[in-house]
Amino acid sequence: MRNAILEVKNGNLLDTLDALWRQLLEKEIVEALLIPQELPSRLNVVQTLVSNPESLQVPNPLAPVLPVNSARIVSQMTKVTPSNKKVGVVLRSCELRALIELVKLKQASLENLVLIGIDCFGTYSIDQYRKLAQETSSPTEDFLKAVNEGKEDPLLREACQSCEYPPPLNADLTIGLVGIDFEKGILLQASTPEGERILEMLELKDSDEKTVAKREEAIAKLTAQRAKKVEEILERTQQEASGWENLLTLFAPCINCHNCKTVCPLCYCKECFFDSPTFEMEAEKYLGWAEKRGTIRMPTDTLLFHLTRMNHMAVSCVGCGMCQEACPSDIPVSNIFRLVGSRVQKIFDYIPGRSLEEELPLATFKEDELVEVG
Amino acid sequence: MAEEKSEPIEEVTSVEEKPKPTKKVSAAEEPFEPIIVGFLCNWCTYTAADLAGTTRMQYPPNIRPIRTMCSGSVDPVYVIRALLSGADGVLVGGCHPGDCHYVSGNYKARRKMTILKTILDTLALDDDRVWLKWISAAEGRKFADTATAFTEELKKQGPNPVKKYWST
Repeated sequence: MRNAILEVKNGNLLDTLDALWRQLLEKEIVEALLIPQELPSRLNVVQTLVSNPESLQVPNPLAPVLPVNSARIVSQMTKVTPSNKKVGVVLRSCELRALIELVKLKQASLENLVLIGIDCFGTYSIDQYRKLAQETSSPTEDFLKAVNEGKEDPLLREACQSCEYPPPLNADLTIGLVGIDFEKGILLQASTPEGERILEMLELKDSDEKTVAKREEAIAKLTAQRAKKVEEILERTQQEASGWENLLTLFAPCINCHNCKTVCPLCYCKECFFDSPTFEMEAEKYLGWAEKRGTIRMPTDTLLFHLTRMNHMAVSCVGCGMCQEACPSDIPVSNIFRLVGSRVQKIFDYIPGRSLEEELPLATFKEDELVEVG
Repeated sequence: MAEEKSEPIEEVTSVEEKPKPTKKVSAAEEPFEPIIVGFLCNWCTYTAADLAGTTRMQYPPNIRPIRTMCSGSVDPVYVIRALLSGADGVLVGGCHPGDCHYVSGNYKARRKMTILKTILDTLALDDDRVWLKWISAAEGRKFADTATAFTEELKKQGPNPVKKYWST
């Protein structure tokens, strides 16, 4: 564990970080970098894999928007074979936690990856970010300025407002912003030998203990504030989703598009049960059910889809909220997952993405447990 | 969503009027007979059901058994589908812990069913309509008793309320 200070020149954090990313490639600290960059339109960001520092355009991992959970991208890149080159992957906390889960699910490999985690203060929906980008020249700068003044925008995604892990877990190197006066300097925290190697190659000064202590304090304060928000969301969702009547009302607008499944970083099955012909029936079956109940909802099995996904995924749900973002019907999918997730994770004392060593609850068992169930 | 709700089907209407455990029905109505879908493991509980039958033990005919190779292979999707399709209860039966034909399938079933029941409980969806029981191939009596107890329990609870809704 080593903490170093990266001086911010002229109070411009984004330029300083821009230089850092270039250095990583120029000094060949990493051979490639997976990093979000601004679209030419500046209306959104997109993950890019960059191997030549000269072709790095406008990297901006601090842009307060999360178009995809990049754990999916790392999985796509490393699932078939691990990376044969050293790749720095720049991820937010929810992305890193999802990646840890995917590694445990054998859907990604961390071999040769340098995990660069960034402190995250939250993100807007894609729509909201686009709106801001159309209105101002740099939504990122405005956002960071507000954060520095201690303000939290109520327009941030609800999943972010209730994120209990603003700093990432399990990163080799953390770009520390919480509790840091990032107009002067940012804290680079190395938690592994790999992270320390980077700090060495960057030739950075160690930070004083006071800065680190101040950061710890700020993290604790922010986490407590988030925990309160979680409680509020869980309580509200519990009321909204309790009982068949309420649950059916909540999921009634579902159009069965399966967007939530597509964007979920953890829904990894190549052949989802719900894309299989298991529940494709003969016409007479549907007509039979309709006759029995008078009316049946078509297409069938929408609630079945959601309840099953909860059973399969809730234990590993990192709460990134992508499902809710992708829902064309504005169903609070993520909140419901957080609700059931919090309960099932508690049973197994499991926090998704906390540790590579903790086994997935559904992949293991104890002989003398849960006797009240069976 | 109230306007989306269809009229309750006849069978259920009777229960709606009398939701209390002790169900007295008028002569015109048939008494409520719960439907139980049983996912029974081939090596133990299914064989126990066979034994109960061949030794002519009496138990209510409410269970519709489905033979599975292992309780561990019963994905929650099938249990949920049974419930959403109107089953009043679902019984998952397997070998006793330690006796699984596939070494550990029943332990995994226990975790899956724990998650399922927790989710149902969190959403207030009658998790006690799902039972997980260990019944060995020699326990024909235990199978008959379980079938009786579950049937009685479900009669007290009344029909699965999801049957009232068309919008599942």
